[in-house]
Amino acid sequence: MTSLPTAPSTKRLGLVIDLDICVGCHACAVACKEWNSGGHAGPLTDFAPYGADPDGVWFNRVHSFEVTDGYNDTNTVHFPRSCLHCETPACVTVCPTGASFKRAEDGIVLVAEDLCIGCKLCSWACPYGAREYDANEGVMKKCTLCVDRIYNENLDAAERVPACVSCCPVSARHFGDLGDDKSDISRLVAARGGVDLMPELGYKPINQYLPPRPRRNRGGETGAGDSLADIAPPDAGGSTLHPFLRWVDRVLSD
Amino acid sequence: MRQREPFVDTSPFVRDSVVPTTCYMCACRCGIRVHMRDGRIRYIDGNPEHPVNRGVLCAKGSAGIMTQNAPSRLRSPLLRVGPRGAGEFREIGWEEAFAVATGWLDPIRKTDPRKLAFFTGRDQSQALTSWWAQQFGTPNYAAHGGFCSVNMAAAGLYSIGGAFWEFGEPDWEHTRYFMMFGVAEDHASNPIKIGLGKLKGRPDDRRAKFVSINPVRTGYSAIADEWIGIRPGTDGLFVMALIHELLRAGKIDLHYLAQYSNAAWLVIDNPGKADHGLFARDQYGRPLVWHREWQEAVEAGRPDGAPALTGRVTLSDGRSARPSFELMAERYLDPEYAPEAVAERSGIDAATIKRIAAEVAHAAFEQAFELEVRDWWTDTSGGRHGRFLGRPVSMYAMRGISAHTNGFHTCRALHLLQMLLGTIDVPGGFRYRPPFPRLSPPPAQPSGYANEVRPETALPGVPLGFPSGPDKLLVDANGKPLRIDKAFSWDAPLALHGMMHMVIHNAWAGDPYPIDTLFMYMANMSWNSSMNTAGTMRMLTDKDPATGEYRIPHIIYSDAYFSEMVAYADLILPDTTYLERHDCISLLDRPISDGDSVADSIRQPVVKPDRDVRPFQDVLLDLGARLKLPGCINEDATPRYPGGYPDYMVNHERKPGTGMLAGWRGHDGALIGRGPKNPKQLDRYKRNGCFWQTEIPDSGRYYRFANRDYLEWAVGMGFIDRVEPLTLQLYSEPLQKFRLAAEGHGTAQPPDSERERIRTYFDPLPFWYPPFEEAAFNDADYPLHAITQRPMHMYHSWGTQNAWLRQIQTQNFLYVGQETARKHALADGDWVWIVSPHSRVKAPIRIMDGVNDDTVWTWNAIGKRAGAWSLAPDAPEAQKGFLLNHVISELLPPRADGYRHSNSDPVTGQAAWYDLRVRLEKCAVEEAGQTEPRFETLPRPTGLPEPLALLRYGARFRRKKDRRSQP
Amino acid sequence: MHPAFSVIVFTVSSGIGYGMLFWLAINATLGNLSILAVRVWPADLWFGLVAFGIAFIAIVAGLLSSTFHLGHPERAWRAFSQWRSSWLSREGVASVLTFVPTGLFAIGWIFLGDSSGWWLAAGIVGAACCLATVYCTAMIYGSLRPIKAWNLSDVPMVYLALSLASGAVWLGPIARIFAIPFGWSDLFVPVALALAAVLKWRYWARIDAIHRGDGTGRMPTRGSAIGLPESKSVQPLDPPHTQQNYLMKEMGFAVARRHATKLRRLSLLLLFALPALAWLLALFLAPLLQIVVLAIGALAMTIGLPIERWLFFAEAKHTVMLYYRGSELG
Ligand SMILES: Nc1nc2c(c(=O)[nH]1)N[C@H]1C(S)=C(S)[C@@H](COP(=O)(O)OP(=O)(O)OC[C@H]3O[C@@H](n4cnc5c(=O)[nH]c(N)nc54)[C@H](O)[C@@H]3O)O[C@H]1N2
Ligand SMILES: Nc1nc2c(c(=O)[nH]1)N[C@H]1C(S)=C(S)[C@@H](COP(=O)(O)OP(=O)(O)OC[C@H]3O[C@@H](n4cnc5c(=O)[nH]c(N)nc54)[C@H](O)[C@@H]3O)O[C@H]1N2
Ligand code: SF4
Ligand code: SF4
Ligand code: SF4
Ligand code: SF4
Ligand code: SF4
Ligand SMILES: [Mo]
Repeated sequence: MTSLPTAPSTKRLGLVIDLDICVGCHACAVACKEWNSGGHAGPLTDFAPYGADPDGVWFNRVHSFEVTDGYNDTNTVHFPRSCLHCETPACVTVCPTGASFKRAEDGIVLVAEDLCIGCKLCSWACPYGAREYDANEGVMKKCTLCVDRIYNENLDAAERVPACVSCCPVSARHFGDLGDDKSDISRLVAARGGVDLMPELGYKPINQYLPPRPRRNRGGETGAGDSLADIAPPDAGGSTLHPFLRWVDRVLSD
Repeated sequence: MRQREPFVDTSPFVRDSVVPTTCYMCACRCGIRVHMRDGRIRYIDGNPEHPVNRGVLCAKGSAGIMTQNAPSRLRSPLLRVGPRGAGEFREIGWEEAFAVATGWLDPIRKTDPRKLAFFTGRDQSQALTSWWAQQFGTPNYAAHGGFCSVNMAAAGLYSIGGAFWEFGEPDWEHTRYFMMFGVAEDHASNPIKIGLGKLKGRPDDRRAKFVSINPVRTGYSAIADEWIGIRPGTDGLFVMALIHELLRAGKIDLHYLAQYSNAAWLVIDNPGKADHGLFARDQYGRPLVWHREWQEAVEAGRPDGAPALTGRVTLSDGRSARPSFELMAERYLDPEYAPEAVAERSGIDAATIKRIAAEVAHAAFEQAFELEVRDWWTDTSGGRHGRFLGRPVSMYAMRGISAHTNGFHTCRALHLLQMLLGTIDVPGGFRYRPPFPRLSPPPAQPSGYANEVRPETALPGVPLGFPSGPDKLLVDANGKPLRIDKAFSWDAPLALHGMMHMVIHNAWAGDPYPIDTLFMYMANMSWNSSMNTAGTMRMLTDKDPATGEYRIPHIIYSDAYFSEMVAYADLILPDTTYLERHDCISLLDRPISDGDSVADSIRQPVVKPDRDVRPFQDVLLDLGARLKLPGCINEDATPRYPGGYPDYMVNHERKPGTGMLAGWRGHDGALIGRGPKNPKQLDRYKRNGCFWQTEIPDSGRYYRFANRDYLEWAVGMGFIDRVEPLTLQLYSEPLQKFRLAAEGHGTAQPPDSERERIRTYFDPLPFWYPPFEEAAFNDADYPLHAITQRPMHMYHSWGTQNAWLRQIQTQNFLYVGQETARKHALADGDWVWIVSPHSRVKAPIRIMDGVNDDTVWTWNAIGKRAGAWSLAPDAPEAQKGFLLNHVISELLPPRADGYRHSNSDPVTGQAAWYDLRVRLEKCAVEEAGQTEPRFETLPRPTGLPEPLALLRYGARFRRKKDRRSQP
Repeated sequence: MHPAFSVIVFTVSSGIGYGMLFWLAINATLGNLSILAVRVWPADLWFGLVAFGIAFIAIVAGLLSSTFHLGHPERAWRAFSQWRSSWLSREGVASVLTFVPTGLFAIGWIFLGDSSGWWLAAGIVGAACCLATVYCTAMIYGSLRPIKAWNLSDVPMVYLALSLASGAVWLGPIARIFAIPFGWSDLFVPVALALAAVLKWRYWARIDAIHRGDGTGRMPTRGSAIGLPESKSVQPLDPPHTQQNYLMKEMGFAVARRHATKLRRLSLLLLFALPALAWLLALFLAPLLQIVVLAIGALAMTIGLPIERWLFFAEAKHTVMLYYRGSELG
C-alpha cells in the first residue's frame, strides 16, 4: 500500500526541533541508534565497526553549519536530521512493493521490512536523506518515530516518547501531534515560527524546525546602555581613583 | 478501495528488568537505568529521578552498550615479557599479579615509601586512592587535577571557598546574564546543557542573556546570544577591563563587599618589612577594619561595625594601613586596564567591552530582585532576613581559563568581578554545591614533610592539602622539592592537585630523586594525557646505560581497556567496566550536589564480567592488606575489608560517623550526613536508584558563606566542624606571604633562583601577564595560538573504542580561520605542518568563520596510536587523526642557569595546554594524506579477541514479527 | 548519484531491446501499408529469430540485471503490486505485459511467417507497450523531485529517443546480414539520432543551468535545507560522521566537471556521430561492407549508451548532499 492513505486521520505525529538551542551534542543520534538497534527496525547494522571505514545505519544524524547573512552576522547552527514523516512523501509513493507506507492513523512513515526488496528507490525519493539502507539485511530502514515506544504498554507512560526526545539534554526536541492546533507543540511552532525544510519540493514535512533566534549582540538589547557613565570626571591629574574613592565614601556614609 | 496497512507491533516486549546505576562514560556521573533483556543490555537511558541528569543522557551515555562490548576490554592480568613499549605480555593469574606487585612494593615500603609514586587519572575514587597512599606512607600521590583544572580549584578555594569546575554552578533558575568563559563541555556535561536549555527557554519577559567568551564558536558558543571570540590567554585583560569600567562607574555592591569580603580589612603598608601587605590584626589574630564613625580600628565582622573601604589610616602601633578595597581600586582604575588599553591584545574591541560592562551592571543592579524566604534566614552576625537579595549575573569558567600559565590569576580576577557585583551565592548568581563553601583556603595542609615519611608508617593525613603559607611547602632545608612531581615546592607552591604531568619526566630524570615503582590508574600517560608524547614514550622506555635497567624500574598500571599506555607497563591490573562493579561517588571526593541539595551516589554491578578482571578498588584494598598497610588490616593482620570496595564503602570511617556515603547512615538508615555505619546502606542506595539526595533547608540556600542556617546544617551533615563565616578573599593574604618570603622575610624562603618568580606571581591581587610561551617566543616565528576542545560525543581517548561513537568521528582536522587560510594560501582539506617551538605534527585543515583570527584549534584526543584500542591499524584515527600533545612541551624554555620549569602555572602547577604557540607550514603534495609523527603499531595484548567485522547488536531482541495484515 | 553498474545495464540493455521490438512492429506495419516505395520486411524465420532473439535477450538481461541491484531479488515479484503510485512498479508491470503482444508478434513472425493481420495488431500493441515501458523506466528517475537533473520532462523524452535510435541502429546491420535491405527503421535512423542528439543536448544545457543555479523554479538551497531564510549563506562545518555512509556513497557521487565535459563529448561521438556516419556511408557501400559499417555504428552506440547513462547518474545531484561539504562528495 504505497498510495498515501486515502482517509488519513487528522493526527500528525512528529517532532519539533529547536535550532536555537541545539548544541550539537549527538545525544539524540546515539539514543536513537541504541533504542532502534533492538527495536522495530533493529539491528542497525554496523560495517567494519573497528576497521578503517566504519559505516553503520543511523536514523538521526547531527550536522553543524556556519551561517552568514552577508552583513558580518555569522553564526554556528547545529542541525539534527531525521525523517520528517512528510504528509505527501514520495518515498512512499515510489515504493514498488508497498513496503514503504504511511500510517493512516497517525501519519508515521514506516518500512515493512519483510515486504522490502531493497531497491533503494525510496531513499532516492527522500530529499532529506532520512532513509538508510542496511546492506547486510538487504532492506531499507528509517526513523520509526519510535512507534514501538510511543504506544508501548510495556513501558511506563512517561517513557512513551521517542528516544531522541527523552534524552536531549537541552530539551531541543519535542514530540506531539502537529495535526492538532491546540497541542503544546503546535503552539510552540506557532509561537516560534516553525518552518518546513525544503518546502519547494512539496513533501509537506510534518516535523518542524524552529530557526535560531537573532543573536543579541548589539547595544540596548538587554535594556542596558552602550557603556557606563563615569561617577565623576577624573581628577586634574587624569586619575579616576580619587573621585571614585570619594564616591565610595559618600555611598557608605549615606 | 480499502487500503491495507502492514501490521506494526506497537507494544513489543522490552525488558525483564531495570537496574539503576551511575554512568561512567565520562565523569559527569549521571544516573542511568540499564534495561536488561535475556541477560543482555537492551538499552540504557537516563534516570528521571536523578539529581545530576534528570533523565537526560548524552551521546556517550547512550553508547554504553558498545563500551561494555568493546573488543578492547582487557581480559586478564598481564606481565610484560618483551621490552617495555613492545606490548608483549604473558597472561598471568591474580595470585601471580599480587605476588609481583607486593614483590616490588613491600621492599619500598620497608625502606623508603617515597619510591612509590601512585598517580591516578580520570577516576572517581580519590577518597580511596589518596587514603591508600597515606596508608602506604608515600607523599607521591595525586590524581589528574594538576593537568586538568587546578587553576580553577585553587583560585576558587583561595578566593571564595568554592570554585567553578564541580564545586559550583550558575543559578540557572534566576540568572538574567550568564557569562561562560572557556567551556567546551566540562564535567557537568548534562547539568550545563539542562541549564542552558532552561535559560534559553525563558519567556520573553524574563529573558536572560548568555554570553560565551571563547576563541571558537562551536557547541555552547553556537547558541550563545553573544559570542566573544577572545584571543587565548587574555581573559584576564578582558575581565580586568570590565572591573575597570564597573569601578569607574561605581557599579559595584559596596555593602556586599564590606560585609562578606575582606575588602575592608586593613592591609599594612610597610614596604620592605615582614608585615608589608599582610592584614593588620588584633592581639587575637582577628583582622582589623576601620570604623567609619568611631574612627578607630576594630575587629572585622562586628555587628556594629561600619567598616571603611577607603582611606589610609594609622594604626594604634603607628603603622600605616589601607583597606584592601582601596588597593584593589587603585590597581584596576589604572588606565592600564581601560578597555582601549586591552582591546588589541584581547582581540575584543573597546566598545564591546564597554557595552558588556554596561550590560553586566544593568543586570546586577537594575534587574536586582528579592527572593522571599518562607522561614527567614539568619546571618552569622545574628541578623534575620525575610529575603535574599538577588543580583542575577552569573559566571562559569573552565579550562579555557585554567589551562594557561596565567590561569590562576585570571580565574581569581573572575571571582573578584563576581565579588564586586555581589553575585556569589546570591539568587541569580553563582551558587556553591555542597559540601562547599569551605573556609578559604580550607584548613587542611598537605602531608609528606620530611619527618612524616618513614618506612612502614602511614602519613598523618592524605598527601594533598592547601598550604596556607610558605612554611607549609613540601621542601627540604635547601628548598628542594620533597615530592616527585615537585608539587607544593617553590616551583608550584599551590599545586593542590599535584602535578601528574611531571611525574614521568621527573622520575626519569631522577629529579628531585629516583623512584622505584610508578603505579598508575586510569590515565593514558603515554598518549593524550601527556605533553611531549614522543619524549614521554622515550622516558618510559629509557634505560640507564650504567646498569642496563629502566630508569623507571617498575611500572604498574590499571586500565580496563587496551589503551596506548598498556604497552608501557610491566604489570597490568585489568579493571572491570563501569557496569561490572561497585563505585562510590563520595562527598569526600568531588560532589554531585547542586545549589539546592546535597547528593552522593554509587555504582552497582549490572553485568557479570566474562573475563578474569577485578574492580581496581578491590584490588587496591587486597594489595593493601597483603602489604599490611595500617588501614587495610585488622589488629590480627587479617584484611580489614574482606568484602572489597562495597565493604569499604559501608564500613570505612574517616572519623567516627563520617564515611564514604552520607545517605542512610545509622543502624536503621535514618540518619544522614553523619552517623554510625549501616550494614544495609548499599541496599538502600540501590533501592533509591543508586543515589542519595537531600534538600538544603530553604533558608540555607544562598549567602552560605555567612548564612547561619546553612552553616548549622552543614555542621550537622559533617561538612564543617563549626559555624564560622567564610570571608570572600578579595585580597589574598596567603599569596602575599609567599611574596614576602621571596623578598627575604621569614624562615621559609625560596632558593635565590626562585625568588623573582615567586615575588612576581604571588601577587595578592589578580594581575595579567602574557602566557609564558607567548612571552618566550617571537610572535613572528609562532604567530598562532593552538588549542583543543573536547567533543561532546567523545571522552578523551576512551570514546574511540566505542563502535558507535567512533562512527561520528574517526579523525580530526585543524580548524583555521578564513584570514589565516588566506595568508597561508590554504584550501579546505590541505595538509599542514603545525610547528611549535618543541616539535611538529602534520594535519589536514578545515576552514571556518567562527574562530579568533590568531587561533587554530582541533578536537581533543581523537588521534590514536595504530593498533591501540583494538582498532585496525589503518583506521583513520591512526592514519589521519592527530594530537596537539606531540607539539606541546612539558618544560618551559631553560632559564639562564639551564633549569627548566614545568610548562605550568607558576602558582598552582596547572599544565598549560593552551599556551601552545605554533606556525603553519603547508605540506608538499607528496606529504599530504597521512599524519606524522606516527609510532609503531601496537600489537593486541595476548588474549584479546579479533574485533568483529560486522556488528548486529540488538538483532536478537527483535521478536519474530507476525506478519498479519489488518484492515 | 552513484552510477550503479546493474542499473546502467538495465536501462541501456532493455532500452535497446524495446527499441528493436518497436521498429520490428513499425516496419511490419508500414511495410504492410505499403506506403512509399520502402520495401516490405518479410517475416523471415532466421532474421526474425535473430532480431527478436536479440531484442528479447537484451530486455530480459536488462530486467535481470535490475534485480541484481536489489537487496532481496527473491522478493522481486512484490514489485508488481504498487502500479497505482510507483513508476518502478509500473515499469515492472509494463515490462511483463509487453511480453504478451510482442511475444505473439514474434510467434507470428518467426513460426508462422506472418506479420500481418492479428499478428501485426499484436505487434502494434506491443510497440506501444515498448514505448510505455521505456517511458516508465525513464519516469522512475524523472519523477524524483530531490534530483533536479532528473525531475525534468526531458528525461523520458531522452530515454525514448535513445531507445528508438538504438533499436533502429541495431536492426540495420542485423537485417543486412539476412540480406534484408533498407527498411523503415533505417529511414528513421537519422531522424531518431538527430532527435536524440538534440534532446540530449538540450538536457545537458538544462542541467548545467540548474547546477549553475539559474534553473527555473525555486530550488532547494542549503538554507532551505536547514530551514533558514534564503538570504543566509550556509557552509557545512562538521559532518555527523567523518567516514562516508550510505547516503554519501549512494547519493554523493560526483564527477569532476572536466571529466564530465570529456565524457559528454565522447558520448556524443559514440552515440550520434559514429552511427550517423555509418548510416551515411552505408548508403554508398556494397552490402557486405554495409554490414560491417552499420555493425560498427551499432557497436559505437552500444558503447556510447552506458557512458551517457553513467553521466546521467554521475552528473545528477541529490538534495541530501546540501547537508554535506563539497569536498566530501565523491
Ligand atoms: N592536547 C590536550 N591534551 C590534554 C587535554 C587537552 O585539553 N588538550 N586535557 C587534559 C585533561 S584536562 C585531562 S583530564 C587528561 C585526560 O587524559 P586521561 O586521564 O589519560 O584520560 P583518558 O584518555 O580518558 O583515559 C584514561 C584511561 O582510563 C582508562 N579507563 C577508562 N575506564 C576505565 C575503568 O573503568 N577502569 C580503569 N582502570 N581504567 C579505565 C582508559 O582506557 C584510558 O586509558 O588529558 C589531558 N590532555
Ligand atoms: N564529552 C566530554 N566531556 C568531558 C571530557 C571529554 O573528554 N569529553 N573531559 C572532561 C574533563 S577531564 C575536563 S577537564 C572537562 C573540561 O571541560 P572544558 O573546560 O569544557 O574543556 P575544553 O574542551 O578544554 O574546553 C576549553 C574551552 O576553552 C576554549 N579556550 C581555549 N583557550 C581559551 C582562552 O584563553 N580563553 C577562553 N575564554 N577560552 C579558551 C576552547 O576553545 C574550549 O572551548 O571536560 C570533562 N568533560
Ligand atoms: S540531543 Fe538535543 S542538543 Fe543534542 S544534538 Fe540532539 S537535538 Fe541537539
Ligand atoms: S523525510 Fe524522507 S523518508 Fe521521511 S517521510 Fe519525508 S520523504 Fe519520506
Ligand atoms: S527499498 Fe524497500 S521500501 Fe524502499 S522503495 Fe524499495 S522496496 Fe520500497
Ligand atoms: S523518533 Fe525514534 S527513530 Fe526517529 S529519530 Fe527519534 S529516536 Fe530515532
Ligand atoms: S554526561 Fe554522558 S557520559 Fe557523562 S556521565 Fe552523563 S550520561 Fe554518562
Ligand atoms: Mo580534565
